[in-house]
Amino acid sequence: MTEETSVRHHELGLSDEEVLDMYRTMLLARALDERMWLLNRAGKLPFIVSCKGQEGAQAGIAFALDNTRDFIAPYYRDLAVVLRFGQTARDVMLSGYARREDPNSGGRQMPGHFGSREHRILSGSSPVATQIPHAVGLALAAKIRGERLVAYTSFGEGSSNQGDFHEACNFAGVHKLPVIFFCENNYYAISVPLARQVACERLADRASGYGFPGITVDGNDVLAIYKAGRDAIERALDGGGPTLIEALTYRINPHSSDDDDRAYRSREEVDLAKQKDALVVFAEYLRQVGVLTASSEAQLIQEVTTEVDDATAYAEAALSPDPADAMKFVYAP
Amino acid sequence: MAIKLYIDAIRDALQYEMRRDESIFVLGEDVGVRGGVFRVTQGLIEEFGEARVIDAPLAESAIVGVAIGAAAYGMRPVAEIQFADFILPAVNQIISEAAKMRYRSNNDWSCPLVIRAPFGGGVHGALYHSQSLEALFYHVPGLKVVIPSTAADAKGLLIAAMRDPDPVLFFEHKGLYRLVKDDVPDGEHVVPIGKAALRREGTDITVITYGLMAHYVLEAVKDLEQEGISAHVLDLRSILPLDRDAIVAAARQTGKVLIVHEDNKTGGVGAEVSAIIAEEALFDLDAPIARLCGPDIPAMPFNAPQEKFYMLSPAKIAEAMRQLAAF
Repeated sequence: MTEETSVRHHELGLSDEEVLDMYRTMLLARALDERMWLLNRAGKLPFIVSCKGQEGAQAGIAFALDNTRDFIAPYYRDLAVVLRFGQTARDVMLSGYARREDPNSGGRQMPGHFGSREHRILSGSSPVATQIPHAVGLALAAKIRGERLVAYTSFGEGSSNQGDFHEACNFAGVHKLPVIFFCENNYYAISVPLARQVACERLADRASGYGFPGITVDGNDVLAIYKAGRDAIERALDGGGPTLIEALTYRINPHSSDDDDRAYRSREEVDLAKQKDALVVFAEYLRQVGVLTASSEAQLIQEVTTEVDDATAYAEAALSPDPADAMKFVYAP
Repeated sequence: MAIKLYIDAIRDALQYEMRRDESIFVLGEDVGVRGGVFRVTQGLIEEFGEARVIDAPLAESAIVGVAIGAAAYGMRPVAEIQFADFILPAVNQIISEAAKMRYRSNNDWSCPLVIRAPFGGGVHGALYHSQSLEALFYHVPGLKVVIPSTAADAKGLLIAAMRDPDPVLFFEHKGLYRLVKDDVPDGEHVVPIGKAALRREGTDITVITYGLMAHYVLEAVKDLEQEGISAHVLDLRSILPLDRDAIVAAARQTGKVLIVHEDNKTGGVGAEVSAIIAEEALFDLDAPIARLCGPDIPAMPFNAPQEKFYMLSPAKIAEAMRQLAAF
């Protein structure tokens, strides 16, 4: 690093520790993802969804948010986001194994159905896009209460076709609510590619129909996402209303452990995406600016691996819920 | 205590509770400046302001979905669906989300939401302003469904609903708004959800009913008394949970049960009430359980004679009661 070169993350107000933390979160998400995939193929986890390829976009936006103040209504791939918001490797594995100690649901929900009141992660479900109006409701309530915060919600490009996306955006636009609508455009909704999914050029263009700005950002550029997020959050906190951020990313894995993507896309396309993977690109940047050295990188990988190993062992040994407990909590106890 | 119209009792409940609890707010189409298309929410925006009485855009799924998010935050929203017939776009939010929020989060999150909707016919509402929708929802664990037939119950049940920690559907019969008035307690008045009301004690036959039909039944009962038939009348009030104990006790009282509801027959609330009685009081019955309901057609037509064909009446109910008494 020479004196004339300005450091991009410093210009954004991020310290070396913060970007390292971002990278660590991405690395942990990836490591958990790969471990869960192995466990699924080994017959230990019945069903999993992956966020492989999207960690960069997720880390970028998650670190722009305030994890001590903001509410999130994420979708099922937002692993890096929920890790930033307080979920641990053990939490993730407990969910995969459907243990009673799973903080999201006590084993009632599939993995990826995040929820934790303590961490302000609103409980999610399987019908897509239902969380989008929920985020608008959280923002509305905060506004009524005079509380300064933003509500974040994420969804794929396919889900942005759902009526709930449209209705929620319109409501938030009319009432100028502090919402971050984060669309992770990963080019596939299960097998249906973008060209068959969406009629417009850029998903961000939809925002103008709802009276607020939309911006399309390279989802593999962690710092660009961070900046877009931070600008949107500042705008929202100043009463400027919502923003739609479209992160262009790529879903490296199939939709879920039950999907076979060889049926609808080429290996060449996937391999190309792997080269542009944010994890690869961001690591290179961090090495260039001296934040990541050979030894610190090795140490980081070791730490993350140990964390995932510990989480796996812990979850594997953990107890299942009592079957009769399925009767509990239909209504308030 | 004061004699009040059903519609005024509903407004009273909203006003009383909104004064008492700042976390309550109202949202829906036309609820604010217009005061609601039926005038139920008239005066609320003037008293509580537009932050707590929100004229929402025309989008039912968002009305409910946004309310769910606000409830998750800690508010107590009262969402209005303008006509129960238009609740259908919100069914995904109601059934997939509101009903399951507590269960799926293992009691971490919850959804203290009230959804009010006018339902029912006999008012020239035709196919899409007259329907009864309770049968779709009473099958859903996690929801509560109430249908008051009196002004006093309307106030008491709505207050109970606003205090309930779980989502409650409050179906108000639009034909009752200005038709019915009775003594409504002033101030604090709560009717617990899950408790039916015995409207009349009798010895020959039992009639189980709710909504507008509760009034038609009581009219028929008076006529039948002249003919020497004594009817025991139970007004369910609460459709989910049903008051199983009251239902069984009422069935045992006479051994002859007639269930009367406006909604069409197949799969309606009467089907579940029948099953409960058959399960728990079979040997106390002296006749098959009878159900008098709307016909199994999509809804009541606009044409007045056809609407009358669909709708039950005190005369139709009286005839069914006579037949049961004679069994």
